[in-house]
Amino acid sequence: MSAKSLISITDFSKEEYLKIMHLAEDFEANPNQKLLQGKVIATLFFEPSTRTRLSFETAINRLGGKIIGFSDSSSSSVSKGETLHDTIRMVSNYADMIIMRHPLEGSARYASEVSSVPVINAGDGANQHPSQTLLDMYSITKTQGSLDNINLFLVGDLKYGRTVHSLLMAMLQFKDPIFNFIAPPELAMPNEYKILLTSKGIKYFEHTEFTDIINAADIIYMTRVQKERFIDPVEYEKVKNVYILRDAMLSNTKENMRILHPLPRINEIHTDVDSNPKAYYFTQAKNGVYTRMAIIAHLLNLK
Amino acid sequence: MEKHLKVSAIKDGTVIDHIPTKALFKVIKILKLEECSQMVTFGNNLDSKAMGAKAIIKIANRFFADEEVNKIALVAPHAKLNTIRDYNVIEKRVVETPGEIRGIVRCFNPSCITNAENITTRFEVLSDKPIAMKCFYCEKITNENEMVFF
Repeated sequence: MSAKSLISITDFSKEEYLKIMHLAEDFEANPNQKLLQGKVIATLFFEPSTRTRLSFETAINRLGGKIIGFSDSSSSSVSKGETLHDTIRMVSNYADMIIMRHPLEGSARYASEVSSVPVINAGDGANQHPSQTLLDMYSITKTQGSLDNINLFLVGDLKYGRTVHSLLMAMLQFKDPIFNFIAPPELAMPNEYKILLTSKGIKYFEHTEFTDIINAADIIYMTRVQKERFIDPVEYEKVKNVYILRDAMLSNTKENMRILHPLPRINEIHTDVDSNPKAYYFTQAKNGVYTRMAIIAHLLNLK
Repeated sequence: MEKHLKVSAIKDGTVIDHIPTKALFKVIKILKLEECSQMVTFGNNLDSKAMGAKAIIKIANRFFADEEVNKIALVAPHAKLNTIRDYNVIEKRVVETPGEIRGIVRCFNPSCITNAENITTRFEVLSDKPIAMKCFYCEKITNENEMVFF
């Protein structure tokens, strides 16, 4: 099918990233633009999600569009055994765009092949979640003024965390990023990404200790260290409290530094950080609405 | 002394030579030779200067397009194809690993949509020796030792 979709972060060019940043800024300044008037958007959440679904639905409402869909596959015909193929064929006859989350990896790419209307991947299992990356990039743009020359510290689960991989891939398009990876050896950044960085001559540093090395950061991107990722529960017990960011650790960090987190957090950012002006994760979540408005407007050629 | 071929000659058809011994039955499966109604003869663990031991398949009255035969590159990357007409070799071809593989191999990722719905698998070949293929759908990489054939 020929409709332009957003399935993986690498589907967009650098120019498209910059256009999304520009549109998101415009929507933040003027959030109620009725560009979707008369249009129907389907939000198909085959597995539950709070933030992503509400953020997309807020974006659609602010743009004046109507929403059809479901927030849980038990309330759809999937529970009767309908294939993804048939669900997408049917819904693409009803709606002008499909936004979907599905537990199986590759489901969104497949849906974009079957659908006659654009598809936005709102998460396909552990694979891709490109709108999260774009809102991370918008948050970096807003707080640092640009996506160039960013010293980015990625902390926590760098092995399985899809958000850190996508952000890394997107930041490669910009001038002179520096990457610092802070993770236990079990959850270290996979070699394929390190090989890619080396091949492009991009600097990266690996650390297992979470100390004052963060003083050099422009952005600290925190992720959850999840218990289910560890084969040996003893190993989890050893590291579970090592990668916790506390307010006392921030006193010598740079003025422009901001802390991002895709949320939900468990305990990896202590609540005493929340009132620090460098804590940005709740504003980051708010930025998601403007970024998703920008993605929808771009894919439907409304802006 | 009279010489005998270990696998008898064919008048017309295709000879696939230099197949690794462990790949013989996979090649038969990939080319669906079990469904072939023509005479198919094969030998395994034959002496080979280059490989030590090799397998060979001779298929009477069957000729293969490049696209069809290149599928076996996944298991027999050094295989050579001889086209036979009237007992003479009229063409020699070397198997080439295609840039994209459709069907043939399952995605090794159990959470991939291709293992849940009726979808033809599709991979980008990232490296051919050893084979590494990236799934077009779930983007996970299937390596040579993880390949499972349909």
